[in-house]
Amino acid sequence: MALAVTDKTFKTEVLESDVPVLVDFWAAWCGPCLMIAPAVEQLANEYKGKAKVVKLNVDENQYVSGQFGIRSIPTLLIFHKGRVVDQLIGAAPKKKMAAHLDKVIEKAASAA
Amino acid sequence: MINELDFEAAERLKVAIIGTGPAGLTAALYAARANLSPVVFEGPEPGGQLMTTTDVENFPGFPEGIMGPDMMQRFRDQATRFGADLRWGMVTEVDLSARPFKLVVDEEMPFLAETVIVSTGASAMYLGLENELRLRGYGVSACATCDGAFFKNQEIAIVGGGDTAMEEAQYLTRHAAKVYLIHRRDSFRASKIMQQRVLENPKIQVIWNTVVEDVLGEKEVTGLALKNVRTGETSTLTVTGFFVAIGHKPNTEVFKGQLEMDATGYLKTGPSNTATNIPGVFACGDAQDHVYRQAITAAGTGCMAAIDVERWLAENNA
Repeated sequence: MALAVTDKTFKTEVLESDVPVLVDFWAAWCGPCLMIAPAVEQLANEYKGKAKVVKLNVDENQYVSGQFGIRSIPTLLIFHKGRVVDQLIGAAPKKKMAAHLDKVIEKAASAA
Repeated sequence: MINELDFEAAERLKVAIIGTGPAGLTAALYAARANLSPVVFEGPEPGGQLMTTTDVENFPGFPEGIMGPDMMQRFRDQATRFGADLRWGMVTEVDLSARPFKLVVDEEMPFLAETVIVSTGASAMYLGLENELRLRGYGVSACATCDGAFFKNQEIAIVGGGDTAMEEAQYLTRHAAKVYLIHRRDSFRASKIMQQRVLENPKIQVIWNTVVEDVLGEKEVTGLALKNVRTGETSTLTVTGFFVAIGHKPNTEVFKGQLEMDATGYLKTGPSNTATNIPGVFACGDAQDHVYRQAITAAGTGCMAAIDVERWLAENNA
């Protein structure tokens, strides 16, 4: 399961995470968000240990959404060491999401 | 790419259906009930255009209306109930020159198919401006239902003149303080009932005979550069959001050079059936229809495609 993060838990779960974190900004009224939801869940399982995959409901967590200037969903932001290192706007096929995540993980490993 | 894959061991399908909008899922339902064990590839936008639609008010059998995504869930449930096999992935390459047809999913998985139903639909188009692309996600959007809520009490613009533009302009007034509807002609092509709602909405101001020449803003949308096509006069409109609803293009790129299509990419079918120029390959829904483009017509042609496939298989003893 992709962990649901909130305005309250965002700092500890995302910004302070040791591994890269993919955050799926979504809302229940967004069709394309629902389309990619199963793929995001699969990524959460497949990347266990290498990266975190979490979801943030923009309706319920407007502080974080506002902080990162989210104006379109779904938006996927990938964080590492407290910073946004990559992003994907709009619904993308699972393979594309995985490719973005792989790139960040690779960079993180070579930097470590 | 396709030549590097091993098709010897590839999974062999009786019917491959490409796309999961109303056309593909109706084809899947009928093919499943005909015991053809259809395998359906979801594609990059599972559920299709209805996933970004709010109230569907014109699908018969739903007198109170139904939300687009809810309707697509029902289509899926009905298709899978009879055994349609829905799979994640996008068909990225095809070879329709010989039977069984070769399909490649996600650039790596080979499949062989006795018959193919193309129901890849159409996707929203953008104007094609450089700054429009650059500011996507930063105020530029092609999905009002997804992104309208980020523009609470702001002034925004939408461009288009069809039913989608009318519906989205209406929807955007739920959130925005004001919605400018920009259209290049002096009348809309949208249905009368949709036009009327827009023209009567006090929050919508229509800007006629005008095209968007540029999207302004460094990091996010701050305005639009407009040009009146009658007078040639240019102006700047201050808005924080820009929604594009200028129509759709068929998702038929992958079939180019193999299936006959018109100049804009719509597949040629028929007459009076869903057959393409290649025997055993059928097409339905918006991928082959630039005239009606309704959920009900997509579903109707999806049903036709499944029946055409069933007959074709019987006649060709495949």
